[in-house]
Amino acid sequence: MKAKLPILWTSFACLLLVTTGCQTNSRDQALATSESQLALRQMQTRAFDMTNRNKMLRTIIATLQDLSFVIDRADAELGSVSGTKLDGYQLRMTVTVRPRGETQLLVRANAQYNITPVEDPEPYQQFFTALEKSVFLTAQQVD
Amino acid sequence: MISRIIHRPSDVGGRASKFFIPLFALVIVAILLAACQQKIPKEALQLSPDSLDRRQLQTRVFDTTDETELISASAALLQDLGFNLDESEVSLGLVVGSKDRDATEAGQVAASLLLAVLIGAAVPWDEKQKIRASVVTRELEGRNGYALRLTMQRIVWNTQEQISRTEPLDEPEIYQEFFGKLSKAVFLEAQEL
Repeated sequence: MKAKLPILWTSFACLLLVTTGCQTNSRDQALATSESQLALRQMQTRAFDMTNRNKMLRTIIATLQDLSFVIDRADAELGSVSGTKLDGYQLRMTVTVRPRGETQLLVRANAQYNITPVEDPEPYQQFFTALEKSVFLTAQQVD
Repeated sequence: MISRIIHRPSDVGGRASKFFIPLFALVIVAILLAACQQKIPKEALQLSPDSLDRRQLQTRVFDTTDETELISASAALLQDLGFNLDESEVSLGLVVGSKDRDATEAGQVAASLLLAVLIGAAVPWDEKQKIRASVVTRELEGRNGYALRLTMQRIVWNTQEQISRTEPLDEPEIYQEFFGKLSKAVFLEAQEL
């Protein structure tokens, strides 16, 4: 009987250690980002030497379809497209297009994988590489 | 503390097993919790080698100059096929629809019931599904006409209301039938890309 107590404590301590990575108030998620906002914006944004917003939006839609997405919604006026990819997981992506100065368009993408935000640079890099191929233009990193 | 528990001289076997059971439970809990930090698969946003084949399967070219007519015919066809329209943006050549349907399959129900009898616990089977379809038109470059691409996917829920499947619908028959019907509706031939 005596031996059970330390085992229980050890179990509890281990459980605490394991769960330290987890959150204490899930409402904090509403405005939370784990990466710094600047770093996140940098990996999610590229500039293209192009001024035709409609054409860029259509190219983004075609690229999303090439990547097996089904489009959820699009708004030409706002310049946004959202799509979902289902393949054993749920990947949701929103891409917006805004003018940048007189000669460029700024494309910003953000994605969520199931219930977590995508905050690695690599998936975004892959998306912009695919977009570059469809639009025949180079995607430029923006500071 | 751990070494004291393991090396206690009296009935070593019993003590050790008492220690290992919670340890096992902890390892399982740790594995389960690790899943809450899930990562996006490396190939999720990468153009796959078969993306070209899929594009060909899902796309047809219509020799027309009236994009709006093509979109409205697609919307009407989606309705014919029982879809409700969720979203449309004609200036981007887009129509999106979805439908909720039964997903029960006799074979799966039979297997679940058999398994339930054998292990004595309820085994869920697929019950309902949401099928989504997006139709996108695009002006062709270097030639007349519009390309129209249909992409479809579905989410399936089982009898315990859990998502049991999320997958693209890539069966060629689905696309051939859709384009055959669309071709009849717009009185134009649906040409391969």
